[in-house]
Amino acid sequence: MNAKQRKVIYRIMPYTILTLIGICFILPLLWVLVASIDSNAMQSLNLPHRLTEANYVDVIRNHGNQRAFLIGLIMSGGQAILVVILGLLAAYPLSRYQLKYKKSFMLTILFMTSLPITAVMVPVYQLFLSIKLYDNIFGVILFYVASSMPYGIWMLKNFMDSVPSDLEEAAWVDGASVFVGIRKVVAPLMIPGICTVAIFTFSGSWGNFFVPYILLQRPENFPASLKLYQFFGQYGMVDYGKLAAFSVLYAIPSVVMYILSQQFMSKGFGLQGGTKG
Amino acid sequence: MSSLAVNALHKKRKSYTWFYFLFPSIAIMLVFFIYPILLTFFYSFTNLALTGESAKELKFIGLDNYIHMFKDPAVKVSIWNTLIFLFGSAVIGQQVLGFIIALLMKHKKRAFRRVIGTIVLAGWVTPEIVCALCLYSFFGDEGTLNSILAFLGIQEVTWLYTVPMLTIILANIWHGTAFSMLVFQAALDDVPSEIEEAAVVDGASRWQVLSRIIIPYIKDTITTNMMLVTLQTLGVFGLIYAMTGGGPGNSTTTLPIFMYNQAFVNYQLGYGTAISLLLLVIGIVLSLFYVRSMK
Repeated sequence: MNAKQRKVIYRIMPYTILTLIGICFILPLLWVLVASIDSNAMQSLNLPHRLTEANYVDVIRNHGNQRAFLIGLIMSGGQAILVVILGLLAAYPLSRYQLKYKKSFMLTILFMTSLPITAVMVPVYQLFLSIKLYDNIFGVILFYVASSMPYGIWMLKNFMDSVPSDLEEAAWVDGASVFVGIRKVVAPLMIPGICTVAIFTFSGSWGNFFVPYILLQRPENFPASLKLYQFFGQYGMVDYGKLAAFSVLYAIPSVVMYILSQQFMSKGFGLQGGTKG
Repeated sequence: MSSLAVNALHKKRKSYTWFYFLFPSIAIMLVFFIYPILLTFFYSFTNLALTGESAKELKFIGLDNYIHMFKDPAVKVSIWNTLIFLFGSAVIGQQVLGFIIALLMKHKKRAFRRVIGTIVLAGWVTPEIVCALCLYSFFGDEGTLNSILAFLGIQEVTWLYTVPMLTIILANIWHGTAFSMLVFQAALDDVPSEIEEAAVVDGASRWQVLSRIIIPYIKDTITTNMMLVTLQTLGVFGLIYAMTGGGPGNSTTTLPIFMYNQAFVNYQLGYGTAISLLLLVIGIVLSLFYVRSMK
């Protein structure tokens, strides 16, 4: 092999390897997309027999499915809102005040962000039985809020650190309370940060299966993730088309959230202008 | 208004407000997060059960759960399975594949990077139960992979029965690689190109540039990423549960699945908790290292 051939191979090889990886990654995904519009979907990826929207129509028309999607939205949305509100409140003194144990508190928070939730679910189940929160949608929301609070506090504190305090002080001088200062001055300047936290908590719980699986019992309380699993177990072998359509619909909020998060992250923080002039 | 007056306002406000601000989130974390962690330690020394004699009366049984655990051959199997799953899918799979993708993508055409990046990210964005379904059907007896093999004239394989561990490892690689890819893309962008160029001028081979310059330069990123990926993989439940249910037999029963079976299928909550403590301790140790690496 001469040097020239070598050079050509080095140029082509990365493209070949990456293309192969790309094909391996896309095949399983392609199946779910194609099967969802196939009138006679099989387990294997095939060209559709006949293109149909019937799978989607059936899934969307089903009241049980509508309910499961609504419950999922309430859970994840409720969690995201609570995490942002409580997180902003907690982040404020951590960002603005000199507190004695701030550093160790923040390190504890960081430590808690990485603990595996799976490991505490058995005691949480027992706790929920004894305080009558078992099989309760709001109980699940409370647990979701608690488990993502460390992440929320950590992120919001760091975002808040980049908001200059001069603006807020000006508001105080004009007679605003600390609360009003946060609501009218600090929070609006942290919109990208707030959205990032809301999006990540939302999609984390939207995709979660284990927590609702342990904490909920009656099928009418099931969010979309559990409903899909139930669907998978009951009819999975029979009706791939509907199963795939349900999966695609269920994955859409996660995809949308991801795209939104990219928007917020690329915009960054144009806050410097706020204190000029 | 002078800055003195502003300072006075600061002082007046901070004296009492910080507590009210922190209280709601600390309270909710104490009740629903920290208390359950403490309960894990407590329950693991009890005979807590959902049904039967012991359900009526909670008793301290000392180290019985732990003695049982060390004697139980199923525990050894699940620890072993967990280690294989962790190494195969997280430490090696996601990290190495993520690194390779990030490295190969460097300096490639933008459109190409976008397409490959989006495909890999799609697996990450997809919820785990959908991932399980996609890969279940991919590896199924009449699934896509077997259709391809049949098309090529190769003997088909019952993947989910013959090599179940491999299928869940590949599924988790499919689901998680994008995270490592993003982390390594950012890290590789930080490696100054002058150093690489200087090494090439001095006659270093590609392999030497990689092993002597790039990898040492991003060493800290590799450590942090390794811990994060391991922590994420340690808690994986839904993906395995929906794909194989821990089977066939107990060939894909990792610790989370084993914990679930003991606690909710056999109703032995105390024993299940002892197993979750094992998970928790591994998680705590890794998290401590993670926090140290972030300091």
